[in-house]
Amino acid sequence: MHLSETIISLAPWLVFAPLTGLLINLIFGRRLSEKAVGTVASLASGAAFVVSVLLAYAVSINHGEVMRWRLAEWIHIGTLNLDWTFRIDSLSTTMMLVVSGVGTLIHIYAIGYMHEDVRFKHDEGRYTRFFIFLNLFIAAMMILVSGDSYMMLFVGWEGVGLSSFLLIGFWFEMDTLGRPSWANSDAAKKAFIANRIGDFGFLIAAFLMFWGFGSLQFDQVFAGASSLSAINSPLTVAITLFLLLGVAGKSAQIPLYVWLPDAMAGPTPVSALIHAATMVTAGVYLVARSAPIYATAPAAQYLVAMTGAITALFAATIAVGQYDIKKVLAYSTVSQLGFMVAAVGMGAYTAGMFHLITHAFFKALLFLSAGSVILGLERGHHHAPSSPTLPPKGEGSHRPLSPRERARVREHHEIFDPGDMRNMGGLRKTMPVTFWLYIVGTLALTGIFPFAGFWSKDEILLDASLHFTGIYWLLTIAAFFTAFYMGRQIWMVFFGESRSEAAAHAEESPKVMTLPLVVLAILSAVGGGLNLPFEGFHNLGHWLSYTLGEVESLPLDLTVAGVSTLLALTAIFVSWLLYGRTPLQAGQIDPLKRLGLVFTGMENKWFVDEGYFAVIINPFKKISQFLADVIDWRFWHDFVHDTLIVGTYNWLSTIALDHYADQKGIDAFANWLGTATQWISENVRKIQNGFVRSYALAVMLGVVLILGYLIFK
Amino acid sequence: MIPVDYYIILSAILFTIGALGVLIRRNPLIIFMSIELMLNAANLAFVAFGRSWEITSGKPFYTGQIFVFFVIAVAAAEVAVGLALIVEIFKTKKNINIDEMNSLKG
Amino acid sequence: MTSELIVFLVLSLVAISSALGMAFSRNAIYSALFLVLNFVTVAVFYLLLGAPLIAMSQITVYAGAIMVLFLFVIMLLGAENLAPLPQAMPWQRPLAFILAVTLVVESIYLIFARAQLDTVITAPDAAANSMESLREMAMTLFNQFLLPFEITSILLLVAMVGAIVLTNREKRKARA
Repeated sequence: MHLSETIISLAPWLVFAPLTGLLINLIFGRRLSEKAVGTVASLASGAAFVVSVLLAYAVSINHGEVMRWRLAEWIHIGTLNLDWTFRIDSLSTTMMLVVSGVGTLIHIYAIGYMHEDVRFKHDEGRYTRFFIFLNLFIAAMMILVSGDSYMMLFVGWEGVGLSSFLLIGFWFEMDTLGRPSWANSDAAKKAFIANRIGDFGFLIAAFLMFWGFGSLQFDQVFAGASSLSAINSPLTVAITLFLLLGVAGKSAQIPLYVWLPDAMAGPTPVSALIHAATMVTAGVYLVARSAPIYATAPAAQYLVAMTGAITALFAATIAVGQYDIKKVLAYSTVSQLGFMVAAVGMGAYTAGMFHLITHAFFKALLFLSAGSVILGLERGHHHAPSSPTLPPKGEGSHRPLSPRERARVREHHEIFDPGDMRNMGGLRKTMPVTFWLYIVGTLALTGIFPFAGFWSKDEILLDASLHFTGIYWLLTIAAFFTAFYMGRQIWMVFFGESRSEAAAHAEESPKVMTLPLVVLAILSAVGGGLNLPFEGFHNLGHWLSYTLGEVESLPLDLTVAGVSTLLALTAIFVSWLLYGRTPLQAGQIDPLKRLGLVFTGMENKWFVDEGYFAVIINPFKKISQFLADVIDWRFWHDFVHDTLIVGTYNWLSTIALDHYADQKGIDAFANWLGTATQWISENVRKIQNGFVRSYALAVMLGVVLILGYLIFK
Repeated sequence: MIPVDYYIILSAILFTIGALGVLIRRNPLIIFMSIELMLNAANLAFVAFGRSWEITSGKPFYTGQIFVFFVIAVAAAEVAVGLALIVEIFKTKKNINIDEMNSLKG
Repeated sequence: MTSELIVFLVLSLVAISSALGMAFSRNAIYSALFLVLNFVTVAVFYLLLGAPLIAMSQITVYAGAIMVLFLFVIMLLGAENLAPLPQAMPWQRPLAFILAVTLVVESIYLIFARAQLDTVITAPDAAANSMESLREMAMTLFNQFLLPFEITSILLLVAMVGAIVLTNREKRKARA
């Protein structure tokens, strides 16, 4: 007990450690070398991981008892009493471990990745900024998962949204190809705005909670959940549905998922950390955390599950039609998040969290490997004989370029997209390490035995098959598509012949990048061991049951596992037929074009963005324009203000006041007064004639008059 | 046995003659002398009133006389400065006609 | 009609005549001498009013010192008869006469009809002329009127300095 209290007092360091790293880099970053900056940031994140491990240990020796560490008073208004309290239980420590663990690996990877990225983008000064933002993200995410109330969770929720915005727009003045453009900052704005819609839902839910429960502290809310739903079940449903809106925003579910694919504009470590492994799972965590509320609203639960399932299938179909290596993974992330949301919606919290963890491993692995591929191609592009933009080796290469030089280099930059899979091919030979890592990630994602994804995905499918048949089929089809697009990607990227100079000259990434990938690959391979569907191996389920209560631990169902594995293998085989047997040639169109309209739809993301523009954004702009032009400018400004008010005022002042009152009245009087004064003084000044005797006479006259007055008084 | 009115009336007449002299003469020396006459008339009134009070109250009363004493002192000072000014003006203008000293007219 | 009244009326006649003579003499020397006569007459009035010290001051300071100074300046400047100049203000003289007459009439009317001065001045007794009276007056002057007395002395000093500065100007100019 004493030991765990000592450990729990470390809880604030979950947030302070990354903040310390942030501050060090913020203050001294300019004087530190790139390696030092990266090391400081990685150590800060690593410290948070160590604290997470210790906290998890403390939870385990306390048998899952919820522990709290109150750092400071926060909000005390009326009946609302909120403290800045860290909540340490099995659910939050699980999230902490995932966030700080994967986060630390990605920090290390980023040391190598950003070193090259800032050079290809010709702005080395931005290296430090990246790690400051990364640490900020870790700190915010830690607040999110460790908060003891919905408001503290919301602080983290907004904090990760902010760091996401900052990192998506990291190269804000260019597009993903480095051309001067606002594309990246537009992507950042899109992410932020879509998240705001979700945040609006979250806030409304929080207000309703305060209204219904009189508190925002988790335990107090959950304690009142069942009695509230008995009295006022519409309110419970409203709370859960508004929370779902928040989940849809943060975890990229229909209808708010559109920001996530665009968020790939950020550097690849960001895509891996924030937009695949951690931040986007916040919604899943929120639903799992709010389990006691959802338990009282089955209708809302079903809606959550359906949202997740439909998103899973919908996004998987889009992923099939994408050419950008990161876009495929982005839609895959949306799809996998759909799996998790469906799981937590169905009440299968263990399965959802299990998939969250394994997904964090293998999706981070895939993204980072994709980043390795992109950088490899970038290197190949610069080493290719035709390249005009190779930075000169030697002292010049470390001199930061002036903005003008940067712009000139960019202008001469041959337009080459290192992320386009049509420019790849044959990388198996040039980038073997990355290739094998990618294979591990793919097998985990597609759910091939015995990789991590197999166990976690199967648990979700099994749960669905037992309770929600519709959802089961949606997810199973989604799993088929998953295997297909991953297969397509593997064949296009690593097999066949190089379809560009860059791919032919691609180079393997340095060890600082591949080592974290190896760790992630091992985790992706054996991560399933966390929760094997055999008696006595439900470790995660047992662990989470401390927090979420007893959840059913299902034994392995060979039918479900068999069907999904079979489908996955079939999908990979189909993809081999299309892309592997006869590799794509340079300039060749995609074989799936034969599907016609269906593939056009997949290629163009089912025109959802266009639809949003047509249905929401453009009408919104038109209404804004109308309000600005007609209502505000023409009506309020031109008519009411200029014509009515100013006109009346002008009329009053020129005609009535100026002409009659002022000129004829006041002016005339004032002029008359002036003339009269002048006339009087002209005459009176004659008295002041300078003759002393006449002044004396005046005095005499005065004396006589005063005496006369006294007489005749 | 002279009523005090008589003294006051005499004082008033002397004062008026002095004032008349100031008003009609153009020789600054005579104007000066007229002013002295006016002061003198006032002195006479002071002393007469003082004596009147002495008789009414039956006690010695010197304030009136002391006022006259001060007036004589001030008159002496005034004459010293005034005559110095006249001499000075005469030296510069070679004339002391009061009507020529009108440079302060408006 | 007592003898005192007769003396008073005669003296008044002399005083008024000498005042008029002062005011209307063409020659400034005559004016000065008329004024001396007037001062002496007034000094006699002071004696009648029981103020022998003032009477003596009147004769020594006024009729003596000040008037000698006047005569000296008149003769120094040769200002006995100024060259007659055209009147700058022809209306001044008649207006002054009218005002003077009005003032006298008003004064007499006010004094007789309104002032209600019914005290009768009697001849001073012997005590008024004694040393004791002089001492009393000195006590009043140097106790009750000490501050005005000192201020008067400063005034005299300033006047003296002023007179010296004014008449000394030319020498300073010459030296500079």
